[in-house]
Amino acid sequence: MQPADGKQEEAAQEVTTGFRGWLNHRTGLDSVLRSALDEPIPGGARLAYVFGSGLLFIFLSQIITGVFLALYYVPSADHAHTTVAYITKSVTAGSFLRGLHSYGASAMIVVLLLHLSQTYLYGAYKGRRELLWFSGCVLFALVLGMAFTGYLLPWDQKAYFATAVGTNAASEIPLFGESVRSMMRGGTDMGTLTISRFFVAHVFLIPACIFALVASHLFLFRKVGAAGPFTEDPLEPKQEAELFYPRQILMDLSLTALLIVGLGCLAFFVPVQLGPPANPADAQFIPRPEWYYLPIFQWLKYWHGAASVIGVLVIPTILALGVIALPFLDRSVERRPWKRPIATGAYAFVMLALVGLGVRSKYLDQHDPEVAQQLAKQDAEEAEYMRKPFEPELSSASLAAANVALADPLAAKGKAIFESQSCNACHGDGGVGTAAGPALIGVGAKFSTAQITELLRHPTAKMKAGGMPTPELSPDEMKALVAYVASLK
Amino acid sequence: MKIGADDAGNTPRWKFSTAQPFDEQRRSFLGALLALGSLCVGALLAVPLIRFALFPLLRLTTELKASPIGSLSEFSSLNEPVERTIQIEQVDGWRKAVSEKAVYITKNGQGQLRVLSSICPHLGCTVPWVSAKQEFICPCHGAVYAPDGSRISGPCLRGMDTLETVEQNGQLLVRFQYFRQLVADKEVIG
Repeated sequence: MQPADGKQEEAAQEVTTGFRGWLNHRTGLDSVLRSALDEPIPGGARLAYVFGSGLLFIFLSQIITGVFLALYYVPSADHAHTTVAYITKSVTAGSFLRGLHSYGASAMIVVLLLHLSQTYLYGAYKGRRELLWFSGCVLFALVLGMAFTGYLLPWDQKAYFATAVGTNAASEIPLFGESVRSMMRGGTDMGTLTISRFFVAHVFLIPACIFALVASHLFLFRKVGAAGPFTEDPLEPKQEAELFYPRQILMDLSLTALLIVGLGCLAFFVPVQLGPPANPADAQFIPRPEWYYLPIFQWLKYWHGAASVIGVLVIPTILALGVIALPFLDRSVERRPWKRPIATGAYAFVMLALVGLGVRSKYLDQHDPEVAQQLAKQDAEEAEYMRKPFEPELSSASLAAANVALADPLAAKGKAIFESQSCNACHGDGGVGTAAGPALIGVGAKFSTAQITELLRHPTAKMKAGGMPTPELSPDEMKALVAYVASLK
Repeated sequence: MKIGADDAGNTPRWKFSTAQPFDEQRRSFLGALLALGSLCVGALLAVPLIRFALFPLLRLTTELKASPIGSLSEFSSLNEPVERTIQIEQVDGWRKAVSEKAVYITKNGQGQLRVLSSICPHLGCTVPWVSAKQEFICPCHGAVYAPDGSRISGPCLRGMDTLETVEQNGQLLVRFQYFRQLVADKEVIG
């Protein structure tokens, strides 16, 4: 830096004048920005380090698209599917935003696996990074939880049945498995309470935990510092460091740009599908989970009866504990993958096993003619449903009014009188009430038919003040009208 | 405080290359460029979000479905107005309510079919046809209308409202609409 050049000197220092100076004085924004951007990266910027910020970007995108989807979504068994169909088929850019959210979930898993693989293979969990690794493990579990809970929310056939299987798997846990399943479902069966629970977990509980853990993950990362390349000492970095800004940030932004273009194209050109509404009575439907749950799905097929405890609980628990405890188990400062044959071998084994299980699951489905046929039929039904235009849900008010007319001929006649006498002008269609007149729903429970007849023949002073006229009706007509009014529920 | 130094301002833990690839001026310029670029991309990405959120407001409200009344031959020899109940669909976002409305099929002076809303343009009561008097008489405030719907007397400021009709394959269809009450000129609402 040239001391003679006043301009450059100022650029390096904090701005003290003008609006930015005032804002900086009040908030300390410049030093925050500076400490965020001036993170030292030993060994220099690399493309291998881009996945963490990629995850942060996808998470942000999921929050934004998720909040917007919630503008139309209703978490109840009655309306969930209709509202998702409305978003997908009617609302402008609805299919696109839902696609971004849905493909974003898959992208999250992919980038998360890449981030985990990089950290693991680079031995970046070493050197006082136990808590950093641990918070990452919890974040991994939370992201899988987001994928699991979000999958049910459209309440179409595949969402319903995949979640039925998913929650059933939990009941294989000995002793308290049944309770875990009931807790997730809000009862013994899947229903509207299941949607509420999954919605609350997906929208409030898990995101809150993710916020907290992302904050601690970043804090712990900055506290201990970037580990750098695998030739670097994890405790006392010796290689020349480069600042996060500008080169690393440019690399991170390239991944972000790639994600934007990739997800955007997918959401636009391969619109995400919605199947027919969940039909719990369908005994033919073959549930299959999303691709990232296929290995677990296939794994669970191999464990039956008493041995299922081992497959469902013991082995996954040992694996999870092994992963979490990794920084404690592997204490050496050696980070080069080829010098850590056990760690690298275990990684390769688990990854190959997962891929193998997933491929095996697909292979079995394709080579069982009955299953393949049913799965093809389900795909065809989904495509068929997508072709149909959006059909609004018939609101309960119009159904109730229609039902009354059908139930009792006298009340049906009364309904005609109610309308011809303009009662509905003030009391609303079906007696639902308007600004001009009170609702009549439930008056049958409060007054006897004799009392209602009396009120109609001789309205009270209060009724008259409200504009209630005295209808001129024959006794038979009055009887019908009263029967209709009393039937309003 | 020197870059890379810890909170207490101690010697930096990190060694830096003496030849930084970007000097301060280029860093600032790049920063401004990145900020501008991010802003543009952000604005572009906000377009579908805004369109999504504004969908209910920008949607055309003229998407009015015509409800069938009956075949044209039924009404060819009308002597006086007849009442028909039509079903109208009111769409409310992702749900719809089906309600029934009474309309009158009548003829104007030239003998052409016209469909009248039964809602009184005074205060919204349903106006019955009183065959004995050959008049429409509103039971609420006594507005009286001629068989073709034109105003005769009473507190109303205009005649009964005619509804837009469509003739299709020998069928008579009507687009039901609500009109502002208590005004002299017909004005669509909702």
